[in-house]
Amino acid sequence: MVEYFWPEAKDRHLLGQRISRLDGPAKATGRAKYTYDLLPKGMLWGKILRCPHAHAKIKSVDVSAAEKMPGVKAVRVIQGPGTEIQWALDEVVGVAATSEALAEEALRAVKVEYEVLPHFVNEADLTKAPKVDAGAEEVVGDPDGAMATAEVKIKGTYGMPPVAHNCMEAHGQICEWTGPDTLNAWCSTQAVAGLAGQFAEGLGIPAANVHVMTEYMGGGYGSKFSVDRWGIECAKLAKLAGAPVKLMLDRRAEITVAGDRPSAYGEIEVGAKKDGTLVAWSSKSWASGGPGGAGNPPIPYIFQVPNRRHKHTSVPTNRASARAWRAPNHPQGAFLTFSALDDLAAALGMNPLDFVIQNLSISGQFEKVYREELQIADDLMGWRQRWHPRGDPAKGAIKRGLGLSLHTWGGRGHRSNCEVTVHPDGIAEAKIATQDLGTGTRTVIAIVLADSLGLPLDSVKVSIGDSRYPASGGSGGSTTVGGVSSATRRAAQNLLVTLFGKAAPELGVKPEELEAAEGKIRVKAEPAKSLTWRQALSLFGQTPVTATGANPGTGDLTTSGVGGVQMADVSVDIETGVVRINKMVAVQDCGLIIDLKTAESQVYGGMIMGISAALSEEKVLDPVTGQVLTTDFESYKMAGIADVGELVVHMMTGPGYDERGVIGVGEPPVISPGPAISNAVANATGVRVPFLPLNPRRVLDALGAAGTAGTAAKKETA
Amino acid sequence: MARDGKREDLPRPPEGLSRRDFLRGGAVAGALGGAGLLAGEMLEAAKKGPHAPHMEAGVEVWGPGPVPMRLRVNGRPVDLLLEPRTTLLDALRDELELTGAKRVCDRGTCGACTVLLDGDPVYACSILAITVQYTPIQTVESLGRPGELDSLPAAFVEHDAQQCGFCTPGFVMATKALLDHNPNPTLKDIHHALSGNFCRCGTYAGMRQAVLAAAAADDDDDDEKDEKKKDGGRPPTEPKGVGHG
Repeated sequence: MVEYFWPEAKDRHLLGQRISRLDGPAKATGRAKYTYDLLPKGMLWGKILRCPHAHAKIKSVDVSAAEKMPGVKAVRVIQGPGTEIQWALDEVVGVAATSEALAEEALRAVKVEYEVLPHFVNEADLTKAPKVDAGAEEVVGDPDGAMATAEVKIKGTYGMPPVAHNCMEAHGQICEWTGPDTLNAWCSTQAVAGLAGQFAEGLGIPAANVHVMTEYMGGGYGSKFSVDRWGIECAKLAKLAGAPVKLMLDRRAEITVAGDRPSAYGEIEVGAKKDGTLVAWSSKSWASGGPGGAGNPPIPYIFQVPNRRHKHTSVPTNRASARAWRAPNHPQGAFLTFSALDDLAAALGMNPLDFVIQNLSISGQFEKVYREELQIADDLMGWRQRWHPRGDPAKGAIKRGLGLSLHTWGGRGHRSNCEVTVHPDGIAEAKIATQDLGTGTRTVIAIVLADSLGLPLDSVKVSIGDSRYPASGGSGGSTTVGGVSSATRRAAQNLLVTLFGKAAPELGVKPEELEAAEGKIRVKAEPAKSLTWRQALSLFGQTPVTATGANPGTGDLTTSGVGGVQMADVSVDIETGVVRINKMVAVQDCGLIIDLKTAESQVYGGMIMGISAALSEEKVLDPVTGQVLTTDFESYKMAGIADVGELVVHMMTGPGYDERGVIGVGEPPVISPGPAISNAVANATGVRVPFLPLNPRRVLDALGAAGTAGTAAKKETA
Repeated sequence: MARDGKREDLPRPPEGLSRRDFLRGGAVAGALGGAGLLAGEMLEAAKKGPHAPHMEAGVEVWGPGPVPMRLRVNGRPVDLLLEPRTTLLDALRDELELTGAKRVCDRGTCGACTVLLDGDPVYACSILAITVQYTPIQTVESLGRPGELDSLPAAFVEHDAQQCGFCTPGFVMATKALLDHNPNPTLKDIHHALSGNFCRCGTYAGMRQAVLAAAAADDDDDDEKDEKKKDGGRPPTEPKGVGHG
């Protein structure tokens, strides 16, 4: 029985170092080939006609003219007469043609008649919703009694709109039939292994006959787990046309139907003792992520107020269905909770940092982590020196302020398998049906394999992005790094058992007396007594040596749960309503770090994505047509390099962190920017801007509504 | 993946003058054609082909079918038969297999398709190939390859100024244009020069460092002649807490 473990700090030669991503050179020189870049021989271009109405019944579809057009090789009615369409830009007809322009011309020749039905797309005002799905009220303790006796309490309404994933590489795939029931599919996906089964189910062919490939993919953020209707249609068009078909979404469809983080709105009342100790919480939240409504965000977030009441209402809307968006539900829970808590701290006249520390005892298992992180964040931001009570007293239109937020996430490694093959030339290859979304998956597998076998990085090869390799989970919920690293570690340790078994007699010792280090198999107690890597391999002749490893398995190589803290420093122009980020500080824990460089990049990236959502991103829906209006980069505004301020990232490492094993870090850093920045704006201006994004209109609306009175949240002192 | 699957409704270049022949013998063809002129043989052949020009009011009119055109890409001339409506981006990606320039917004806002046109950064999605026939075009593929990176992509690798990498070639080319014009940019210059590009993964912190490092590396290169940087070239120099705004 092999005992699986991560090496002690002194025994790591690559783990935890700052290592450049291995596929960086291919990407930075444009040589990396993404799905969108591939051009298989004889490839046709697929396009989809989309319904312009948010809710309609299809009366008739006439594709006869399109079918007759030269160069049009396949036309398929995706949703025919009688079908009720539930959101704008849903798929109606697909075509494949010899050029993109021809495919578009063919779509223009299709005639569809609709019976337009009433729609509902704007859930911010719950009273206007035609249909709601009210959840049960959750009650802990005695919220009414505690609220009645709270010394200070506030009430506020807060909210955030739906936002899009807006992946740079649009959703899409290339499908090529290699036989009557055998399919090659190059997909921009977060789930190489899982997609084969989805294609098989949609097409009625054996899953073993589907070969999914994703060497590189241009961003997913939670929106690319499904084969999607357009994936199945792409395969069907390819079959009908007898040629490979590439079908990538255009930007309008990408933003409208291929990515949606549900909205969240909340009416919150929260009360505390005069020293800031939280005693009572009462909240009603509502949200939508399309026809299925939206789930319940974790409220109150992190702080388990002893007496609390919460009720969530899911609101169906005529929007394309929500997709997991980086840390599903947590940005919403954090924004609603920390906005209210910040308003309460202001009502108490407390520094929010003191207020948070005062309540850390109800923050759960990461109390100690948060305490350490808050201290570091305070140092990096200069919070205590620079913080002022709400309303920057500085003269002039520019007001500066600070805000903070905390977050947590799970991130335990998912199910994963790894096969390691050491070839006779000495190269060790890891094969896993996982995918690198840009998180550095390829690189961390290489680091774990090389570190475990005592080899340099250039002696290992990582083969991923292929459904024929050993199965691994989809890359969601920050579960990939823990899954693939644990499976790789176990495979490498198993491989060493085989190697040591052959090498031990050669060296005249027992297998357990050996170690793999510095390119050698050597005796631990007597390192000079060794075989080179190649000598050890030669004991196996010309046959490669293989081993497999899996996660989960024995040994705590990955665990769940992290804590993080972020602080924001902003300036607000109260005449124009423009919010500028001066500086953001992120202090993040993620257990044992495999590659410090790419781990930090995840935190920078999450923080920047969160800044972008906080400042300017919104899927604006037109109540009249039901369409998303912000379907390009001009109107769906994302942060650019000049918009994100100075960024400081500090990773928690070492004792207290490393021994928890590998934990994912893609989700947590995206959670806090919204509340931290919103709280900083409130601190700067003295006014709560209750809804994200903090664009000039919302800021000016809030300033106007508040007049000179100060805070928008009602303070009630008992 | 092999690509010679042509759009079947498009004619091929005249016999003996395939696109690949032109790519291979670019220098010769360029010399024959001379600046500003299509290779004579190809032009003559095209005039006799299925998409020959027609006369309108005494003027020879080409299109809307495929017409011969010559692009000068990465220092080499290449002759193509393309519909006049073909964008530079589609010509580069779908005809020349230079897929570093990406199609993301396809309307001149995201910068993922940035290439250099006579040294200036442009959005290739918003330029018709036929309008830039005689202008030098430089794509990201000209900046080395894995194992022999130029200092600029090497700095992007070293400072992890990329995640999914889909926007990266556009940023690299926008940065090249900046550094070619301004070898010692300030952070403000960098922000200005790169604000025509978007990244969704959030790599701006690494990018700031990468551009500053590449500028410094260019200075080094001047001293050491242009010895190519290996992957990851520069050692890490930055302390923790980076990405200053």
